[in-house]
Amino acid sequence: MATRIEATNVTAYYGSFKAIENITLTVEPKTVTALIGPSGCGKSTFLRSINRMHEVVPGARVDGRLTIDGQDIYARDVDVTAVRRMIGMVFQRPNPFPTMSIFENVVAGLRLNGVRRRSVLEEAAERALRAANLWDEVKDRLGKPGAGLSGGQQQRLCIARTIAVEPQVVLMDEPCSALDPISTLAIEDLMFRLKDRYTIIIVTHNMQQAARVSDRTAFFSIERTGEPGRLVEYDDTQKIFSNPREKRTEDYITGRFG
Amino acid sequence: MGDIPHRSADAGTGGPHVTPGHARSAGAALSVDPPVTPLDRTPDGAGGHTDDLDPGAGALGGGALPRRRALDAERVFQGFTMAAGMAVLGVIVAIAIFLVARAVPALNANTANFFTYQGWLPNESEPRFGIGALAFGTLLTSFLALLMAVPVALGVALYLSHYAPRRVGTVLGFLVDLLAAVPSVVFGLWGRDYLYGPVRDLSVWLNTYLGWIPIFGGDGPFGRSILLGSLVLAIMVLPIITSLSREVFLQTPTANEEAALALGATRWEMIRIAVLPYGRPGIIGATMLGLGRALGETIALAMTLGIVSTISINIIENGGNTVAANIANAFGEANDVGRGALIASGLVLFAITLVVNMTARAIIHRRREFTETAA
Amino acid sequence: MTVTSTPPVAPGRNPQLRARRLPVVAPVGIAVAAVAVAAVLVHGTGIGGAALVVALAVLLHLVGLYAASSAVEGRRRARDRTWSALIHSASVLALLPLASVVWTLVSNGLDRMDRNFFLTSMNNIGARDPHGGAYHAIVGTLEQVGIATLITVPVGIACAIYVVEYGRGGLTQLIRFFVDVMTGIPSIVAGLFVLAFWILIVSPYLNDGRPGYSGFAASLALSVLMLPTIVRSTEEMLRLVPASLREGAYALGVARWKTILRIVLPTAAPGIVTGVMLAVARAAGETAPVLLVAGGGAAINLNPFENNQSSLALFVYQQAGDASRYAPARAWAAALTLVALVLVLTITAKLLARRNRFGR
Repeated sequence: MATRIEATNVTAYYGSFKAIENITLTVEPKTVTALIGPSGCGKSTFLRSINRMHEVVPGARVDGRLTIDGQDIYARDVDVTAVRRMIGMVFQRPNPFPTMSIFENVVAGLRLNGVRRRSVLEEAAERALRAANLWDEVKDRLGKPGAGLSGGQQQRLCIARTIAVEPQVVLMDEPCSALDPISTLAIEDLMFRLKDRYTIIIVTHNMQQAARVSDRTAFFSIERTGEPGRLVEYDDTQKIFSNPREKRTEDYITGRFG
Repeated sequence: MGDIPHRSADAGTGGPHVTPGHARSAGAALSVDPPVTPLDRTPDGAGGHTDDLDPGAGALGGGALPRRRALDAERVFQGFTMAAGMAVLGVIVAIAIFLVARAVPALNANTANFFTYQGWLPNESEPRFGIGALAFGTLLTSFLALLMAVPVALGVALYLSHYAPRRVGTVLGFLVDLLAAVPSVVFGLWGRDYLYGPVRDLSVWLNTYLGWIPIFGGDGPFGRSILLGSLVLAIMVLPIITSLSREVFLQTPTANEEAALALGATRWEMIRIAVLPYGRPGIIGATMLGLGRALGETIALAMTLGIVSTISINIIENGGNTVAANIANAFGEANDVGRGALIASGLVLFAITLVVNMTARAIIHRRREFTETAA
Repeated sequence: MTVTSTPPVAPGRNPQLRARRLPVVAPVGIAVAAVAVAAVLVHGTGIGGAALVVALAVLLHLVGLYAASSAVEGRRRARDRTWSALIHSASVLALLPLASVVWTLVSNGLDRMDRNFFLTSMNNIGARDPHGGAYHAIVGTLEQVGIATLITVPVGIACAIYVVEYGRGGLTQLIRFFVDVMTGIPSIVAGLFVLAFWILIVSPYLNDGRPGYSGFAASLALSVLMLPTIVRSTEEMLRLVPASLREGAYALGVARWKTILRIVLPTAAPGIVTGVMLAVARAAGETAPVLLVAGGGAAINLNPFENNQSSLALFVYQQAGDASRYAPARAWAAALTLVALVLVLTITAKLLARRNRFGR
């Protein structure tokens, strides 16, 4: 079962400001793809275009073509909520629902889908929490507020919440930037394991992280502030980090980016 | 999450609550985090704060003198602020003492049971008055008003915060804030002159077709009724509740809303799982504030109710009275016992509002603790 | 790619992204049908008029929308649509009476908005006299609210300073609690308090042994209402002053009281002013306490310490209860004046708060 994402000339705007321009790339199924680049280069914007979260911001819109398994997700009769169910997302800062327990957080998506049976929910919650490597830490306090966990645990809770609805793709927007090194390691481990089942796209500022976890890397950049971000280079991670085609990529990776 | 470094003074107040930064609410990143409260950080100033650098202060004498003066000023100023704080206590105590002192003689002169007698005749040679009907009317009008106002207010607040285009929301929100400031006498005047007709027609209709339900029964005349009074009250408290709930809804952390949307929630589902739970304490607070307003409302009800001091659940027949409206209406003709009786009823009103406010505070407090430890 | 193990949860095999949607015209069609059905029902049975048709049509529309949407688009979207429709209906429903209040206020109020209204009082105005004005009431409002402000601002700010800057432990908690209690005092109770205390006990000493109403008594009652609001808002503003400002001053060796007066208060000043103005606006519209302790009056009385005074709000109430056929016009004009006064205060306060927010 393949879930290939193809972006063709994707351009995204915030009102009249063009944030990214003509991004064209293909993400292969069951790989981890890292999006890297300097701040403001539009990598998060591109990520959010993939599950149509970009348009949540008032005045934001997307041009171009984005398909998942050949289905255009921006086609007129597409159900946005179906897109988002199929393409899950983990955010920069852990954002469990503050008023819900750990259990309720994990099954929030399933409840939306109309799953009511307690046994089904419990089973799914355990499975998702195990997959997110969190089960052993929380199994005795599922009824406690999710926000009472540590930052790393919260982020894994959010991952569990995302995969509980069985998406095909998981987008991660700098999932470790608010976490300490140990939690970061735990999340990176997790990505390796999730790769068997999901296509993962991760935005990261951390070059080592991109090198460690991803199969493919896309380097985004901007000419200067106010210009739209563009895709500079997209290749196997190994290639990007050892022998990039573009001078700008090399400069950025080696820290010489100005 | 940028923890402002807590300082030594924490030990006193803020200490135990300090949580590791990342355990805070998900939304804190996007919502504006309130700065550390000054209580947590003012250094312990008792005498520690040395010299006053005001150039004029040292002019009088040598090195040691300004120091004493500075300390004195410190003490005077602190004493002054403390006196102001005590003044608040003093006012409350005075209110209690004077009201009770005036009420007791009248209650002693009362020849009927203050709690059960229906009627307000304190000016007779044998004064008879009872709070029952008035308290009932107060609670009934307020309850009906909230019943009508709260759902509508929450709808409007959600519209303004999550449905309307941003600019429309801002402008309308501002207008709602302004309407919340319109004095109640204006609503009373409007209710009496303009709402009376439609309400009378509605009452006749209800009586004709639904007259078998006791609250819509009776033979008329209709119009200056509990229904009119509570409608006016509802319209008065609507902007207040709307304005407060809107503010609360707008504070929902964007991160939580996005989390819901990213799970594939529709807009309503997002509101249900992210916005409403987060805003619940605020909604309760707004409702209770509206209730407090409604319970104490005087003039608008004095102008729209039929002023009949009997207990009746009929809401469309002329009639109805509340504690506050009764005070405004009966005050003019009151003799000494009459005034005392009104003051006694005022005490009851005060007690009711006090209970409501304290309950609200307790609910909000408990809720907030949950969301805060949770967050 | 082969899938050997069974997928963890019900496999979402190539979920269908496309969804059947109600055509854009469908809600409109349902609305039209709802109105038609409602009209037929109501007029056919003769049980009501246009208002009932509208109410019934809205109800039918909601039901129809839910049914159609859940048949075509599924329950989730149907619920979303119906709630959205409900929320929009609530907004319209709320708008109607509020718009009516504003409209009647302006259209009725303008009738008597003339020089005469602002420059004369009700002294010697008989039931058949179309003239008469609110000069005395405007003066009363301004004096009463002005004195109340003079009383509450220093006390309220000082109280807030004590609670925020000096307060420790039990006493502070007690004061905060009592401020809360005070916030909930109904205005009529504040009036009764001043009646019991000032009018019946103190004023006889100042007034040859007879209790006497006065504008000052109204100021006292308004003060009781304004004080907690001002304490609360000042408290909040003081807490917003960054610690670094205070600490910077302490580090320079500036005394605490001077830091508060010279640095903390000026920083918080715009916010405090906003709070004070909102409290003033609130007080200016109060009728009940003034009714109980100022006594009202038809003539101009510039002295707030002696004899009856009126106020704009009280003037509205009294004119509304007056049998003269010219009274309603006066009541509406005074109501419009009062609302204008209150709104100017409120708008200024809000704009100040807004600018302040951006300024920080």
